[in-house]
Amino acid sequence: MKRAAAVGWGVLGLLLVAGAWELYKAVGPVDGFTVGAVDGETGSGVMLLPRTNDRSMPHLWDMGARLFEATSGGSTPPLWITVVQAAGFTLGVAAVGWVIGVLVGLLLGLVMQRWRIAEWGILPWVVVSQTVPLIAFAPVVNAIGNQIDRGGVDWPQWASVAVIASYLAFFPVAIGALRGLGSPDAIHVDLMRSYAAGYWKTLFRLRLPAAVPHLLPALRLAAANAVVGAVVAEVSIGMRGGIGRMIIQLAGQGSSDPSAPWGPTFGAIALGLVAAGSVALLGVGLKTYRRGEATA
Amino acid sequence: MTPTPEDSAPAVRASGVGKTFAVTRGEVVALTGVELEVRAGEFVSLIGPSGCGKSTLLRLIADLDESSIGTLEVFGKTPRQARLDQDYGIAFQQAGLLPWRDVAANIALPLELHGVDAAGRKARVAELAELVGLTDFVDRYPDQLSGGMQQRVAIARALAERPRLLLMDEPFGALDEMTREYLQGELARIAAETGAAVVFVTHSIPEAVFLSDRVVVMSPRPGRITDVIATGFDGPRGDALRESPEYFAKVTEVREALHGAPVERANER
Repeated sequence: MKRAAAVGWGVLGLLLVAGAWELYKAVGPVDGFTVGAVDGETGSGVMLLPRTNDRSMPHLWDMGARLFEATSGGSTPPLWITVVQAAGFTLGVAAVGWVIGVLVGLLLGLVMQRWRIAEWGILPWVVVSQTVPLIAFAPVVNAIGNQIDRGGVDWPQWASVAVIASYLAFFPVAIGALRGLGSPDAIHVDLMRSYAAGYWKTLFRLRLPAAVPHLLPALRLAAANAVVGAVVAEVSIGMRGGIGRMIIQLAGQGSSDPSAPWGPTFGAIALGLVAAGSVALLGVGLKTYRRGEATA
Repeated sequence: MTPTPEDSAPAVRASGVGKTFAVTRGEVVALTGVELEVRAGEFVSLIGPSGCGKSTLLRLIADLDESSIGTLEVFGKTPRQARLDQDYGIAFQQAGLLPWRDVAANIALPLELHGVDAAGRKARVAELAELVGLTDFVDRYPDQLSGGMQQRVAIARALAERPRLLLMDEPFGALDEMTREYLQGELARIAAETGAAVVFVTHSIPEAVFLSDRVVVMSPRPGRITDVIATGFDGPRGDALRESPEYFAKVTEVREALHGAPVERANER
């Protein structure tokens, strides 16, 4: 019953977005609404309302229909197949990035929880790291990757993309692990001490299980971040084969084929959902660790 | 009470024990000049207003904190050694059960940490569940238990390794009066059956008098022992005791010892 209601609300939300799109397309000004435009100068002024012509806002059914037409004319496979392939490729790279990010994040969380001084030393840098724009950072990683590759160690371009994805993914895990590992009550820590349990026993019997409720949302955030990171990294270092690159490529041809870039856009959305959903499955297996102790 | 062997060291011996905590400006004397001996198998309560250092003293005995001065021995050893040897079991005001473990696994936690094999754990858990009357609940999780049941699990856990000393910091403090009286009776029975010495911190005068062989009265600023009152009750604790004149006399005696302390009580400031 609850489940059906949740699905119902989800579908309703989708319908509302679709309805808003089509409604605006039907009633909005065809050439948009611009203030302060100078006659004869294209691109001048500030556009307050977007254009609604078919080039700027294709109908939803056109986007849908486009998925089943050839990707780029001729005998190329239907668009949806190309989208699924590209999304699958990006998902693989993002997954590698997620794994790296989770390992690094857990390690940082463990170190910061273990030594207060490490927390003081590392935490500010962890936070600052997320303020570096990915667009600036990606080419650097790519350049280093190319150096390594030239140096004789095999370093494919996707590895650079995975590293960049992990750069976004590690952050929530590091913070979640730090908070989660520090979450046991003082009484539990005292209890472990009274059992003469050392650091490792306390870690495995108390701190890690107690961290699970903090780690699960962090892992889910990390999955979403890894997907965003992979997509942006693909675009900024120009790697072929992934969904990010495909969006850019088809958007370039947007004026002649406006529905086409929406295919990979939907693909990217589905990709994020699949990534976050797979992590949610982890939560099902770890259900016991999400119980709370009822208060006396 | 179980007879104590002549040669055995007392469960706790404190001589000139004090504890000061460093604060931003100077230091706070939490405990000073504590002289106390708890014999093996003896039930001793520590009672006094907030800030009298009764919990601090318990934590020193448990080696959860270190005393600043004086000598403190647990079964003739340093508290640290006694902790490493698992000579005591401990229970706090909150049951402190691990929410992801069912009752059996919670009771078994100390056994598991000290390498008791699965069969040994299972047998001991069954014994302990029987002892605290939770046999039918071993596969429940803490969030499915009442506060009183959780506290019974905590007591079973504290007894898991047959400690000769049980340290309890207001274990019934968060429970309703009915549950409280029931568990007091249970604890008295368990302490008698296991022959363990008990150091029991409490706010409650009737609770201290009902359970104890001796009641240690403490006073704050600085935390210290002001009086030690032997109850002199023999035999099992039961409802008859709660209604006896001797019991009321002792309650009055402890109350007067508490109020007679030359310092005002923290909760009346």
